Amino acid sequence: MTTQHIVIGAEKLPVGSIGTSAPGWWGIIAGIVTEAALFGYLLFSYAYLAAQPHSSAWPSEPPSLSLAGPNTIILLLSSVAVWLGERAVRQNKPRTQLIGLCAGALLGLIFVAVQLVEWKSKPFTLASGPYGSLFFTITGFHMAHVIAGLLMLAALIAWSSRRYFDETRHAAISIGAIYWHFVDAVWLAVFFTLYLTPYMRA
Amino acid sequence: MSDADYFRAPVLANDTQALRRRLEKLWEGEPGIRGWLSTVDHKTLGIRYIVTAFIFLALGGVEALIMRLQLAQPNQSLLSPEQYNELFSIHGITMILWYALPILTGFSVYLQPLILGTRDMAMPRLNAFTYWVFLFSGAFLYASFLVGAVPNAGWFNYVPLSSEASDPGFNIDFYAFANILLGISTTLSAINFIVTILSMRAPGMSINRMPIMSWGTLTISVGSVLSVPAVSLAFFLLWLDRRFGTQFFKPESGGHPLLWQHLFWMWGHPWVYIIVLPGLSMVSQALPVLCRRPLVGFSLVALATVLTMMLGYGVWLHHMFATGLPNISLGFFSAVSIIIALPSGVALFAWLATIWSGRPVFTTSFLYFAGFIVVFVIGGLSGFMTGSVPTDWQLHDTYFVVAHIHYVLIGWNLFPVLGALYFWFPKMSGRLLDERLGKWSFWLTFLGMNIAFFPMHLLGLRGMPRRIYTYPSAMGWDTTNLIVTIGAFALAVGLLLTLINVVRSLRHGVLAGANPWDGDGLEWSVPSPPPPYNFAVIPMIASRTPLWEQPLSKRSELSSLTYGYALDQGKEALSTTVLDAMPKAIVKMPEDSLAPFLLSVVLTILFAALMIQSWWLVILGGLVGLSITIGWLWPRRKLGQTAGTLP
Repeated sequence: MTTQHIVIGAEKLPVGSIGTSAPGWWGIIAGIVTEAALFGYLLFSYAYLAAQPHSSAWPSEPPSLSLAGPNTIILLLSSVAVWLGERAVRQNKPRTQLIGLCAGALLGLIFVAVQLVEWKSKPFTLASGPYGSLFFTITGFHMAHVIAGLLMLAALIAWSSRRYFDETRHAAISIGAIYWHFVDAVWLAVFFTLYLTPYMRA
Repeated sequence: MSDADYFRAPVLANDTQALRRRLEKLWEGEPGIRGWLSTVDHKTLGIRYIVTAFIFLALGGVEALIMRLQLAQPNQSLLSPEQYNELFSIHGITMILWYALPILTGFSVYLQPLILGTRDMAMPRLNAFTYWVFLFSGAFLYASFLVGAVPNAGWFNYVPLSSEASDPGFNIDFYAFANILLGISTTLSAINFIVTILSMRAPGMSINRMPIMSWGTLTISVGSVLSVPAVSLAFFLLWLDRRFGTQFFKPESGGHPLLWQHLFWMWGHPWVYIIVLPGLSMVSQALPVLCRRPLVGFSLVALATVLTMMLGYGVWLHHMFATGLPNISLGFFSAVSIIIALPSGVALFAWLATIWSGRPVFTTSFLYFAGFIVVFVIGGLSGFMTGSVPTDWQLHDTYFVVAHIHYVLIGWNLFPVLGALYFWFPKMSGRLLDERLGKWSFWLTFLGMNIAFFPMHLLGLRGMPRRIYTYPSAMGWDTTNLIVTIGAFALAVGLLLTLINVVRSLRHGVLAGANPWDGDGLEWSVPSPPPPYNFAVIPMIASRTPLWEQPLSKRSELSSLTYGYALDQGKEALSTTVLDAMPKAIVKMPEDSLAPFLLSVVLTILFAALMIQSWWLVILGGLVGLSITIGWLWPRRKLGQTAGTLP
């Protein structure tokens, strides 16, 4: 048998950050996994303390959905807007791209504002008992992630308005968008745990 | 934009001096202090990780020796009870967090790009950032000595002992913030390893040809990403409880102290595997070279590594057997704790079979690996014993557990690390370590370790509790404790000899050449020390042992090591597909940058500001950190991140 050295030739390869070949894309996916784990541990803490015999400090009524319900829809709509913005950059429509990102950020800001009103309306505080501690810490962690996402969107809007990206080179937008979708998706887990499960107990 | 701006067929070329000169120009770092602070070269950073981690080992070692002096005889007063509390806490914290993983990270940062056949980590600036954050987090921890507020509630820091009511000073806050800072470093470096191992392997190095050491690093990186948030969160919640009146761990108002233990051990037990599996995988990588044959049962060992990590998530409750949990959960967690011995057994028999069927060369690194196998078995057996609930109830909080943890951590981490040091030092420095001094060092380390820690099992069985600062002489522990102290000093002398060996050999060691052990991996195909670009041409891989194909040859295709991808139009590397490692993209690698260093400084100041609750400094640090981050991430044309032609 004759032996010869292997040759693995390649046709044209993308050069630089193109689509999901950018290291940053895989980096953000792994980052999302670790962030998801963080929320997993937060919600575990809630479930663990919720399952213990409660003192009087634990609220007897399930939380009201009147603000949180619509706010959830606002956050989901923001994901749709960012998705449209990302799709536009793939189709080389810079105006739609900018409008999508701006609309996403605006809806995100509305979510933050409504959430602040929601915080104000609560009869308990961070220090009044384990429920208050959990509620404000978990929603606070989520709020911090929304703000981080908004900062990302702000940078992407600035870069988009300078026409940094086109239909091939837009890894930064895809990376920011997937993070924003994560921030919204994890809110569904928070919303389900903090707002919906108390209704099931009754 | 035309297609030609964004796509290019990479050129295959021979390894020539002209190409090497071109690459040297592209890849060499800046000189001077600025270059020192801004380098992103994985080889420089890997060595820094290793040196820094060994400094922490020395600090933790000195702390241990002081404790052993205190315990050598009954009723001694070298240390006050409070000093003893601080020392055993900082000793455990240093060894488990600031030595054990960082040393393995150092070897991985240095070796992974070399054994995978690429030019650097996937995210080189992030690599620099995680090193600096690791260094500064350790400095943060040890700054507690300067203000006299050393962490003093043990490395697992149980509430209520660590609550504000029992421990109002900054002691615990130092631990909390240093730990979260280190967690950031650990998580980001884990992400970097995952991306590097999954997307930067040389073409042809499909997932089944990936070196066993990469399996270890990949596995624990996934483990870190999933488990580190638990401990970061636990410390953050503790800080809120201590400083902002939250009620997570306070039973009097409906919180629960066991929540701390759950969150801590949900990280803590996977962590035990995170800090030993890469050590085990370094043995699996290097031992076969010294036995002159490929690893026996490669696939089984790789699967056992992954399985151990997975099972490692289902055993955390065995640290809490004595807390009054329901029997059903004790039974489940006891069962998993015992089952986890199976994958460890697979690896053990693979190493034994490799030695048995190979032709071992008795170098110092071989001795460390063989010694490792002995202590591996003892540490495994004592773990098996404490995994059983009734035995654990008897042994809980005694010196038996101290013996077990040291057999596991010294045996499964330090011994493989020392073997790896003797094995890969020639690659890093270009010179061999002295074998005679090395063998003296091994025997002192090995005997010292066993003399120090084996009798601790007996102390535990005779009821000596851990973490007591002294003991009365009527307990029958006196002689054994003296022996333990003597062993500890012998161990320290053994380690000192290795240090002397390193310092001497850096100057006077025998020149190693590219491949002193006649190894099989790609790291041995490049000069020692490797040039900044690692590989002049990115090799093309046809087997698991690319340098051993000729002697073993029954194959039709050989790996191509001197003809491959030149990638010399800028700092470039090749990205390949996850499973088959087929060429996927040409990656533009970043230049040296000061941003990682600056950001880590700002982050450390930010954490200090949080600890002392200086809110203006927090805001200032946040804003400066944000600006640096935006500057760092600003899309660059040179890296192919923005539209338009490359410069």
